[in-house]
Amino acid sequence: MIEPIILFFVLGITAGLVRAELRLPGPIYDFVSMLLLLTIGLKGGIELAKQPFLILLPQILVVFVMGLILPLIAFPILRQLGKFKRADAASIAAHYGSVSVGTYAVAAAFMETHNIYFEEHMPLLLVVLEVPAILVGIVLAKGLTKETQWGSVAHEVFAGKGVVLLLGGLFIGWIAGSDGLDSIKPLFFDLFKGILALFLLEMGLIAASKISSLHKYGLFLVVFGVGMALLSAVIGTGLGLLLNLSVGGTAMLAILAASASYIAVPAAMRISVPEANPTLSLTASLGITFPFNVLIGIPVYYELAVRAHAIFRA
Amino acid sequence: MTIENSQQGHLQGQPRKYNSMLVTIVTESSLESQLSRELEGLGVQGYTITDARGKGESGSRNAGWDADSNIRVEVICSESMSETIAELLEEKYYPNFAMVMYSHGVFVLRPEKFK
Repeated sequence: MIEPIILFFVLGITAGLVRAELRLPGPIYDFVSMLLLLTIGLKGGIELAKQPFLILLPQILVVFVMGLILPLIAFPILRQLGKFKRADAASIAAHYGSVSVGTYAVAAAFMETHNIYFEEHMPLLLVVLEVPAILVGIVLAKGLTKETQWGSVAHEVFAGKGVVLLLGGLFIGWIAGSDGLDSIKPLFFDLFKGILALFLLEMGLIAASKISSLHKYGLFLVVFGVGMALLSAVIGTGLGLLLNLSVGGTAMLAILAASASYIAVPAAMRISVPEANPTLSLTASLGITFPFNVLIGIPVYYELAVRAHAIFRA
Repeated sequence: MTIENSQQGHLQGQPRKYNSMLVTIVTESSLESQLSRELEGLGVQGYTITDARGKGESGSRNAGWDADSNIRVEVICSESMSETIAELLEEKYYPNFAMVMYSHGVFVLRPEKFK
């Protein structure tokens, strides 16, 4: 069965490629992405309330370290094989170490459709994974110089839309609990897939605009966009096993690892590493990795988690 | 000739004398907060920011979402301030950001408000 939301994404890409007169108005896109971020946060928050925070600490730590390591793997590949300039390689590496909430939302919908259980506090790990890659990216680009205004970088990261709404949602869900949220459930939870469908329509349009500029950057970026996602997914799967997550949770961690940021990291990199070409990293993350993950990756990573569990947990 | 024009002693069709400069900056919206701080730091009295879209050397910027959006910043100020702004932008932002700046004389009421 094909998820209808995926078809909205396909519609967006097709409409974009044939240059249809179609565009989600800016404020509506903002609204839709706000709803998604809040919903994801709320769902995670409800689960957080059910378990002691201390149990989650090892997971938080491991995911944070994963966020540090992924860009360190991507950077030399981009430098040596891709022959990118240092700033460009560092910026792209940061995008791939961080995470895409859109991909997470599609994955959550996938899990729901197939009735697959996963640890519902995953949104907390999503927030954790947003941050470290940005720091690594800046250090890779500039070294530890005094020139970097860490204050404004921190502001850009922690006061950015993504982190504020995810953390805010987590917090509200945690305090209010499942019953408390009943009154707002229709907007946030019941409409989730419809909202996600609209979001994916716009993402398809954006992806199409990136795909059409792909030819300028050559084959390497395509191979990297897919290859890095697969490699990260394997690492995520390994860490999922290490943390004793369920099959669904392992798949989710693989998906978090495989996804590439397109909101938090571009904004932070633009401010702190302005010499990096933003078109390169966004073409890779939105034109290649996002569509790959949404159309092909998610079921593949799930299959990978199933097999890994069968082998290592047998 | 309208009443307003006659009061200020201008004939229709003739250029009015300007008493201030209007500086317009079109750039990436990711710069909004940084640029506002910078302008305030220079002592600019006020500015207006609007969302913009268009196409230029950095490709099409159609305001579909954050990273593809532009802003247009308008500042009314004195001639010397407009030069200070130009120097700052040229040195700090022109090398790495999509940015266009232009300025021209404008006639404003209460010119003392715009330093």
